[in-house]
Amino acid sequence: MEQLLLLIFLPLVGAIITAFTGKSAKIVSTVFSVASLVLALVVAGNFIPDASTQFEVNLPWIADLGINFHAGIDGISLLVVLLTNLLVPIIILSSYNHEYKNPAAFYALILFMQTGLLLVFTALDAFLFYIGWEAALIPIYFICAIWGGKDRIRINMKFFVYTIAGSLFMLMGIIYLYLQNPAHNFNIQAFYALNLDSAQQGWIFWAFFIAFAIKMPIFPFHTWQPDTYTAAPAQGTMLLSGIMLKMGIYGVIRWLLPIVPAGVHDWGQLAIILSIIGIVYASLIAFTQKDAKRLVAYSSIAHVGLISAGIFAFNQQGMQGAMVQMLSHGINVVGLFFVLDIIFSRVKTNRIEELGGIAKVAPQLALTFLIIVLGTVALPGTNGFIGEFLLLLGVYNYGIWAAAIAGLTIIFGAVYMLRMYQNVMLGETNSLTITFTDIKGTEKLVLYTICALIIVLGVYPKPVLHLTEASVQHLLEQVNQKLNTVN
Amino acid sequence: MNIIITISITAFIVLYAGLFKANKALLPLTVIGLLTALGFTFSAWNVNAVHFGMMQTDNFALAFSGICIVGTLLIFLLTQNYFHAKSDNIAEYYTLILFALAGMIMMVSYKNMAMLFVGLEIMSVSLYILAGIRKKDFASNEASLKYFLMGAFSTGFLLFGITLIYGATGSFDLDKIQAYLVNNSQTISPIFYPGVILMMIGLSFKVGAAPFHFWTPDVYEGSPSLITTFMSTVVKTAGFAAFLRLFADAFAPLHDFWVAPLMVIVCLTLFIGNVTALFQKNFKRMLAYSSISHAGYLLFSLIVLTKNSGNNVLVYAAAYTFASIIAFAVLILVKQKTGSDSFESFNGLAKRNPFIALCLTVAMLSLAGIPLTAGFIGKYLMFLNVMTEYKTLLVAFAILNALVGFYYYFRVIVAMWFKDGAETELSAPAQYKVVLLVSVAITLVLGIYPAIILNLI
Repeated sequence: MEQLLLLIFLPLVGAIITAFTGKSAKIVSTVFSVASLVLALVVAGNFIPDASTQFEVNLPWIADLGINFHAGIDGISLLVVLLTNLLVPIIILSSYNHEYKNPAAFYALILFMQTGLLLVFTALDAFLFYIGWEAALIPIYFICAIWGGKDRIRINMKFFVYTIAGSLFMLMGIIYLYLQNPAHNFNIQAFYALNLDSAQQGWIFWAFFIAFAIKMPIFPFHTWQPDTYTAAPAQGTMLLSGIMLKMGIYGVIRWLLPIVPAGVHDWGQLAIILSIIGIVYASLIAFTQKDAKRLVAYSSIAHVGLISAGIFAFNQQGMQGAMVQMLSHGINVVGLFFVLDIIFSRVKTNRIEELGGIAKVAPQLALTFLIIVLGTVALPGTNGFIGEFLLLLGVYNYGIWAAAIAGLTIIFGAVYMLRMYQNVMLGETNSLTITFTDIKGTEKLVLYTICALIIVLGVYPKPVLHLTEASVQHLLEQVNQKLNTVN
Repeated sequence: MNIIITISITAFIVLYAGLFKANKALLPLTVIGLLTALGFTFSAWNVNAVHFGMMQTDNFALAFSGICIVGTLLIFLLTQNYFHAKSDNIAEYYTLILFALAGMIMMVSYKNMAMLFVGLEIMSVSLYILAGIRKKDFASNEASLKYFLMGAFSTGFLLFGITLIYGATGSFDLDKIQAYLVNNSQTISPIFYPGVILMMIGLSFKVGAAPFHFWTPDVYEGSPSLITTFMSTVVKTAGFAAFLRLFADAFAPLHDFWVAPLMVIVCLTLFIGNVTALFQKNFKRMLAYSSISHAGYLLFSLIVLTKNSGNNVLVYAAAYTFASIIAFAVLILVKQKTGSDSFESFNGLAKRNPFIALCLTVAMLSLAGIPLTAGFIGKYLMFLNVMTEYKTLLVAFAILNALVGFYYYFRVIVAMWFKDGAETELSAPAQYKVVLLVSVAITLVLGIYPAIILNLI
């Protein structure tokens, strides 16, 4: 139990200390983020890969309102916790080629956000989950709005209001469940055990689903995403795409499916249709993008659409695929945005047509970028393949038409990603890219780490699958059992 | 009882100290007086004494008295360099504020409607003068006159309501009125109903709930900022306590009758307050409208009466009071420096003084209702309160209004952190720092660990 508290609050302590460090904030925050990665690995080492919830903490917090500090880790949580604590140091290291003004605040906000994310991923109390959900939002809003690019104020206001609109309706749903719960608390097990009729489950489904759909984002709740990703500072984009959107996916798995299975049964098909529309729509728009950062932003919508379709398909393959793909997508998308950030910091543009020939002057960047792109387009042997294969299998088991459309877009994805790579990296150098310098120092460290992860997880994904298998199976059994009692 | 006596005596001592030009002694005297009164508040806890059948110092009364006294204390600390720059007769300000506070203590602890009226008038008359205290300032005069006319008008409603209820029940006493309603539930006199409505209108005027809110923006804007702080925080809290004491207690058996008009008032208040606040270009006026919208959330506690209604109002009022005190304190500082209270004058404040900017950010997040601040707990309790009867549409409506609220509260955050402004230094005097620190600490503590205040009443 002490391990979990330490895991959650170490970044917060780091944030507070970092806030007072001034110029050395970069180093201090790196130390804390690496320490929390080590801690996460220790927790993973002590984790027994079965379906149980481990490292459980249950402390009274606001006893009069039935609110407890109740958190724990099972296989599903552990995966996203690992992802978070892996990506935060990578993201902090990736900022070494930037000199942000007021660095203490910048790095403190990143670490503060990490605690919020960890709360979301470990909470077993709905109120705590909600607190973490918002605690992760506030720092990222400030990161994007203070250090962001053009028109950042308007864009981030939209992002903020969108997200918080979703979460307030989710809060309404949570209060409703609390009142339905005879024990009057927010315990997740008590919520699982509730007997709600299908009408109740229907509206609770929507109250939660909209919050999660905005976060991921799923069509048609995605309109904030491309602008926000583009206007955010590179590290903000990485946090948003690498970790924050996993909050939505995790929320669906942890809260939506088990609490309102009948709601999912009634509305899941609509969710799959929306996801698939999102995949097609985002892929088509990605084709036409002239800005590489926007292209990656849209490709992210497509990838998340497939993950969400896999979850709502509701079978072992889809669910396991979603698990692996959450990890892979987080790693790959952070890599992509980092490469684009490196390019931007040297030539001050991400417009595809203005670039070209970078591979000639920067072969190491070209190699690592290629590996990341191949991971993103799910080439066999990379991490993206396992996830997408399982997801498609899951969707196929749900409906062949869905798998056909979703599968088609993977081909589209390969086309626009490779075309982007071709136009940016290959061809003749131009006046802009002739002076391009290859990666060095921390850039090398980060990109090679990411590439190593892509290949290792692609060749040997078994540890990840093994980690989550028991928990996923348990979840499916639990939900199916509950579904049978309702019908 | 001791509380009122202490405050009144302090007021007189301060007045005499002013007569002898002992201006330096005023603040220490007032602080000592208020701390003593606060001490009496603590010592009377759980005693639940009834004084001459007129006042009842139950925990409800004491908790609200405590908030009013602490709020007033903080506002007094803000007088540093404020009144001194504006007038010689500062003793009068101190005295009037203290008298108003004495009136408010009566309003939160009355057991008899005559006492409600007396308390309300003591408070209001002091405030009429305070609003117009800058006698050569046109806006201040206008504020005073408007406030007086509207206030007198609303007092008329209130008195008429009290009269009708007296006519129906033969008593001013809250317990007897409630007993009348319980014992004669089938044969309630027809004049009782208009009495309830008239009192509701009168009190809605006082707390600035729509559609009886028209006086608030002009009065808040025209009055000296410090008086506005007082009116929109402490006075409002006392008004709600009075509202609650009457409706959640004496009129509770008639809840089915008065909940419908109340619902209309709540929805109008939320909507008008939020939507109009959105269009303000002036921070002070925005705060005035936002105070209207908060009145709407506060009235949620009366829509569904539970045993926690009083405590919910207490939490919300505390959250709102301390956040508003921060907002107004910063506003005073900024206005002294730039001479303007528009949003633009906050541009780049984070660079000029990060501490002040951080405090104001916490205040705005609290007013907007972001988790880990007291404002969230307040809103949460209000939503929880009406959700117990599954009034989901009302909550959905309130959520939409809260979203509008984010826009205007974040406007000042945006100005402070994301925009560039004049690079002039802005420093806070020591007492301001104390007030800001105390208020921020209360806001965060109540937001992170609200258990300390949840079961007070």
